[in-house]
Amino acid sequence: MKLAMPVNENNIKSGICYSFGRAPWFMIYDTEIKKEFFIDNSAASSAGGAGIKAAQLLVDQNIDGLITPRCGQNAAEVVQGADIKIIKSQGEDIEENIKLFESGKLTLLDEIHTGYHNHGK
Amino acid sequence: MRQLLILSGKGGTGKTTVASAFIDFTDAKAFADCDVDAPNLHLVMHMQEKPEISDYYGMGKAKIDRSKCMSCGICMENCRFGAISFKEGAYIVEEFRCEGCGVCAYVCPQTAIAMKPDVAGELCLYNNTRVFSTATLKMGSGTSGKLVTEVKKNMQRSCNKDAFAIIDGSPGIGCPVIASISGVDMVLVVAEPSISGISDMERIVKTAQGFGAKIAVCVNKYDTNIDKSLEIEEYCKRNDISFMGRISYDKSAAEAINNGISLAKADCRASEEIKKVYQNTMKHINNTKRREKYDSN
Amino acid sequence: MKFTRDITIMESKKIAVLSGKGGTGKTFVSVNLADAAGKSVYIDCDVEEPNGHLFFKPEITSEEKVTVKIPVVNHDLCTGCRKCTEFCRFNALAYLKDKVKVFEDICHSCGGCMLVCPQKAIYEKDLAIGKVEIGKSRQVKILSGTMDIGKASGVPIIKRLLELGSLEDLTIIDCPPGSACVTMESIKDADFCVLVAEPTLFGVHNLAMVHELVNLFKIPFGAVLNKCTDGENPAEKYCDDNDIKILGKFDYDKEMGRLNAQGEIMSRVDKAYNRKFAELSYAILEEIK
Repeated sequence: MKLAMPVNENNIKSGICYSFGRAPWFMIYDTEIKKEFFIDNSAASSAGGAGIKAAQLLVDQNIDGLITPRCGQNAAEVVQGADIKIIKSQGEDIEENIKLFESGKLTLLDEIHTGYHNHGK
Repeated sequence: MRQLLILSGKGGTGKTTVASAFIDFTDAKAFADCDVDAPNLHLVMHMQEKPEISDYYGMGKAKIDRSKCMSCGICMENCRFGAISFKEGAYIVEEFRCEGCGVCAYVCPQTAIAMKPDVAGELCLYNNTRVFSTATLKMGSGTSGKLVTEVKKNMQRSCNKDAFAIIDGSPGIGCPVIASISGVDMVLVVAEPSISGISDMERIVKTAQGFGAKIAVCVNKYDTNIDKSLEIEEYCKRNDISFMGRISYDKSAAEAINNGISLAKADCRASEEIKKVYQNTMKHINNTKRREKYDSN
Repeated sequence: MKFTRDITIMESKKIAVLSGKGGTGKTFVSVNLADAAGKSVYIDCDVEEPNGHLFFKPEITSEEKVTVKIPVVNHDLCTGCRKCTEFCRFNALAYLKDKVKVFEDICHSCGGCMLVCPQKAIYEKDLAIGKVEIGKSRQVKILSGTMDIGKASGVPIIKRLLELGSLEDLTIIDCPPGSACVTMESIKDADFCVLVAEPTLFGVHNLAMVHELVNLFKIPFGAVLNKCTDGENPAEKYCDDNDIKILGKFDYDKEMGRLNAQGEIMSRVDKAYNRKFAELSYAILEEIK
């Protein structure tokens, strides 16, 4: 399966980025071949809707799961709308999170309460 | 990282006065001024070192290349924001109204219009013993909401992950306020005891609740109208909103702030009262279970 | 006590009242100016936190919703070319599970996606973002706008309010605080701007910002100093240093503050205030001539 993580630099030692939409890079990790590659997050410089654009980038990469510390409501709608699971990361170490995921120790982020739904309608 | 945001709904209730006092009481290592339209926090915080200044880019604005323009007017017909007009024999884009949507550039048959990046303001980051993030919007630019997001990101990037940050917000309930609410642990609303103050407080409370934020309220200048102050306390009780305390109108406090002195450092009645509000707020933040929630980027 | 002398010169003039810093007294000045002028129109452009109606308590004569256009995708016609998603500079469109998804709150209603779709698969629907109310109180016509909670921008409501404004009467525009989008929208067609300043450090700092704004928009302006106390007035100093005409001064008045907090219109309950505001209208009149 293919997992994505927002990361600070394009190397596996750099660390998980606190921001999702404006993370400078995303790391895509394939659990089967145990290899990673990095994509530049063009959404980071967006005026607005960065989370949506970043989510779109990942949807287009056909990932199965997103491991992230946080995720905005709009971005979550895109990611979950494409049937991708959102998983809560623990700490900043990328390799540690991969290990935790593979041993089933990470939990889904979407079990947690979201924000505003009605948008005034 | 934990973040406390100070809001008010109505302007002039004392957000910056309260925020600056809290910053000093808690010796905050991270704080930000998200009132980018009218930033004031720096006037009380007196940072010694030079800040890192960086350009803030807005949406990009449309620019018409006169040499290619055939004056067909199709751009003006399609602009929904009234940003293109015909003046002195030429079609021009009025920057203040341009939203950067790109429709004019798309419809122009001569490809005479391009979207050019525009510097819409300046981000300012102090990053020495403490992190202070602020910004100024270039007069006439829009996108204050995006700038607020940048101010917060700037602060978050530079400070310790365990830091407790205090954010001075802006009046109103629109885009810049919504951007400031995202991701904070608690919103403290500084209310004013007046008919306008109460009306505005109710709207900001509803707005913040809508975005899933934890809310608490305090009343400033409470003795300017005791009846209205009590109305605010009753409102909080009825709506299950935590009430953090009252601060009186204190002439010496006003003088202190006027001289750029934080009330944490002044010696007056209002400073004692703000200290109590601060202590109540800290107790409340620590007791409230940290709420995991989505926050937008 | 109504002043009718010279009032014809004021007709059809739009006077915007702004301040930069919140809480300096924009609503206090605008509401009372509108009242003291007799026949006038008061427009509350602070659609996020409207307050004027709390003072006038107008008899509402009509109300209308303000809507913006939001795209809707006809999935049967959509081929998934994604031209719309790529075009949108606000990132309000996403493409997932073979469908285009519209994020209504982010959409700026520019109509671009509809234009670029090669299949003409996008049409528009109206989405309410707020309302405007027309009412009256004595001889003042009151136009008040309220933005729905959770909406990002009140600009379309302000636009509608100004459209509804009279072409004949003296119009007082109560602006939002700050100096960004909503404030700019409120002042852009004004004939004159009144900058309300308070004698504080923050007040002067923000006064400087709106000063820059009115200069940028090339609108003539003057200042009103509010909440004046004894001693140095940094706002007065700023005006003097920058050659800004001071049109009127109001002292800090505890009793007035209390009545104001209750929602009283000072010009109606106190002769001295009525006179002061009439004097202020004349001072503004002189500047517009």
